Amino acid sequence: MTKPPHPTDTGKPLKRIHLAAHFPGVNNTTVWSDPEAGSHIEFASFAHFARTAERAKFDFLFLAEGLRLREQHGKIYDLDVVGRPDTFTVLAALAAVTDRLGLTGTINSTFNEPYEVARQFASLDHLSDGRAAWNVVTSWDAFTGENFRRGGFLPQEERYSRAKEFLATAHDLFDSWHGDEIVADPATGTFLRDAKAGSFVHTGQHFDIHGQFDVPRSPQGRPVIFQAGDSEEGREFAASSADAIFSRHARLDAGKAFYADVKSRLAKYGRRHDQLLILPAATFVLGDTDAEAEERAREVRRLQVSGATALRHLEFVWNRDLSSYDPEGPLPDIDPDTGDEHLVRGRAQVREYHDRLAVAREWRELAAAHDWSIRDLVIHTGNRQSFVGSPATVARAIDAFVQTDASDGFILVPHLTPGGLDEFADTVVPLLQEQGVFRTEYEGTTLRDHLGLTHPGHAHDGRRPEPEHAGAEQRVAS
Amino acid sequence: MSDASTVSSPLHLAVALDGTGWHPASWREPGSRPRELFTAGYWADQVAEAERGLLDFVTFEDGLGLQSSLLLDPDDRTDQVRGRLDAVLIASRVAPLTQHIGLVPTVIATHTEPFHLSKAIATLDHVSGGRAGLRVRISARPHEADHFGRRRVPRVDLAENLSAQPSVTDLFDEAADYVEVVRRLWDSWEDDAEIRDVVTGRFVDRDKLHYIDFEGRFFRVKGPSITPRPPQGQPLVTALAHQNVPYRLVARQADVGYVTPHDTGQARAIVAEIRAEQEAAGRAGEPLHVFGDLVVFLDETRAAAEDRLARLDDFAGAPYTSDARVFAGTPAELADLLEELGSTGLTGFRLRPAVTGHDLPAVGRRLVPELQRRGLFRRAYEADTLRGLLGLARPANRYAAA
Repeated sequence: MTKPPHPTDTGKPLKRIHLAAHFPGVNNTTVWSDPEAGSHIEFASFAHFARTAERAKFDFLFLAEGLRLREQHGKIYDLDVVGRPDTFTVLAALAAVTDRLGLTGTINSTFNEPYEVARQFASLDHLSDGRAAWNVVTSWDAFTGENFRRGGFLPQEERYSRAKEFLATAHDLFDSWHGDEIVADPATGTFLRDAKAGSFVHTGQHFDIHGQFDVPRSPQGRPVIFQAGDSEEGREFAASSADAIFSRHARLDAGKAFYADVKSRLAKYGRRHDQLLILPAATFVLGDTDAEAEERAREVRRLQVSGATALRHLEFVWNRDLSSYDPEGPLPDIDPDTGDEHLVRGRAQVREYHDRLAVAREWRELAAAHDWSIRDLVIHTGNRQSFVGSPATVARAIDAFVQTDASDGFILVPHLTPGGLDEFADTVVPLLQEQGVFRTEYEGTTLRDHLGLTHPGHAHDGRRPEPEHAGAEQRVAS
Repeated sequence: MSDASTVSSPLHLAVALDGTGWHPASWREPGSRPRELFTAGYWADQVAEAERGLLDFVTFEDGLGLQSSLLLDPDDRTDQVRGRLDAVLIASRVAPLTQHIGLVPTVIATHTEPFHLSKAIATLDHVSGGRAGLRVRISARPHEADHFGRRRVPRVDLAENLSAQPSVTDLFDEAADYVEVVRRLWDSWEDDAEIRDVVTGRFVDRDKLHYIDFEGRFFRVKGPSITPRPPQGQPLVTALAHQNVPYRLVARQADVGYVTPHDTGQARAIVAEIRAEQEAAGRAGEPLHVFGDLVVFLDETRAAAEDRLARLDDFAGAPYTSDARVFAGTPAELADLLEELGSTGLTGFRLRPAVTGHDLPAVGRRLVPELQRRGLFRRAYEADTLRGLLGLARPANRYAAA
């Protein structure tokens, strides 16, 4: 079979697409009511999902994190999937049932300490033969803090500086071993070349620690670093030192603008265009035909946004009890409560609606223009980037997205757990492979290999990585 | 799931995994694979070996600093194993590769968060299908506190009675609170909290999720956990104890306590003390295993075992000493000793292989058959959870309405 001509004529060499899979955690993407929906806790679900991703030659599996159950009206939010396992523990177990798949975990820097987190990621990197990645997030809120010794005392304005220093400190620990310290020669009795292996000192605003790190240098040197923020500061951090961005801008135009902006910042840090990958989250719905897929997508959206869910989501903006409204009816004519007390707790996205009156106005106009009910509005506004169509259509759309520099690939979030990736792996991936834009076999063994990233500060040459400006932006991925 | 009616083995056996073994020169022995200590394959092989021997569980040692030959301070030695991987992650990594054996990583209460730890062990229980436990430890090492920079750990005076030093009792009281929080979080979801009620659109019944509202001297934790109740309900809680204060921690909070008697008289006294503390804690009727810890050198002849110990001591440059009794002899002699110590009320043993690559296979392939011949040890795994293997019932949820 001859390879069909590539449909996107950009005059540039074709980019290789990066694909990853997000095991959906707590969100309202997951259609838990589907008869095919399985457990979101049992290891068999994670193993199935990971094996599918590896069969499809994906770069990595992604896990989000949440450290307090969400509340609304002072009660635990019960309409979405609730509950998830511990990130490190699941990733370490998945390392046993996969060989090449990268293992990316979101770990909060606010309610952990650098020594412990660095030790866990270095351990995971060893135990997976170099497949670990860390999506650095931070949180300041006292609500989540109530589960931790540190509590909620961290002032909001300090969250960035703590996150930056946290990551810099972790790097000090990762780099405290060079990789050639363990001799383990039974004949001479020398185990360690240097009694001071792992020595570190970090003195800063948030951390004043010193001693010896106790995990030798891991296969990747340090885990791949993901960043998930969007602010000016977040973009600078990503450009300076993250390996990949878990981005929110997955619509084509916004994606292109974000991509161009962030990549243009790389040069001043002496970094190349390909040293930072931009990977938005995206969902997908497939069908035999485009029409069938569109129909399925409509059904999926209706299942994701029940009437009750629609009302609760409207409350994110209105900040009032809207239980008495009909989700199939018009938007409330009362204005949002603009007070500081939040009806909704434990959700990052609520902070995006800081000007509630403006959002309400915009939503009313949208609803009026399209004759949308409350539920219709939430269905349409709450949707993230979604690829809908036949496998050929979806493959084309993903490829076009990447070839036109709106992203370097995607982190796919299936709406079914754990089988939601299977159809994509079986139908879309082969088409991308035929186009020559996606790997047919893993070319390397580590996640850095898959992502085309260099291994930092390799051991024996005594080279140390440049000091880095590090930080992360609040984004508790859902 | 665990089955309380299962008759568990009359004697229980665990092994404690630490590096290449408990003797500091163990890494120099043939078969020790010291260069593989930081690979998954090394640990998978050790646990598979223990599982072939039908052992109840393995423990994984851990700490928050480099190993040291000194109790409280780092040393400058380069002739012993240094560096290790996180024990919870090792346990998780081997869980999918094993089917029956319990997995009990060490966790350090002094510097970690009970919320994180509770969900990690709950998840290990989910990942292993009900085979998770933890061994809780304190850290009284000032240099480990310096790795965290959040608190100072007052220097313990090793010449004084540890139980009389407030800094020690504080660390143990904190550990007791820590375990209390971990246990409450495990119960913070009732077993049937996830309802997936399509009609009302509710995924969980929030009346079956519980704030634990723990407030103690050392920390406060709100709850509930983010992780649903683990398969065992309560994974196994274990602790090593040498003196009264830690005995009290064992008596109050543990399912298994490890103790270090050097003879039957000591064993009897320790068991009596723990049982008395247990009664004082209002747990008199509850099952609590007390395991004796022993470092073991096992060979065909006692002379061979003693020679091996002498050779390793030579390598190390000093006679090996341990908190636990050091046994060097044949599997049959060890079986005799376990029988003798077992008569004191100890319900099992945690063996510390002096050289993992040598003594762990000897436990599974030589000692276990000997114990089986004597009718003291299981011939097949009789339950599919760790609690089941130990004859412990699956506990009711403290928050569930009666």
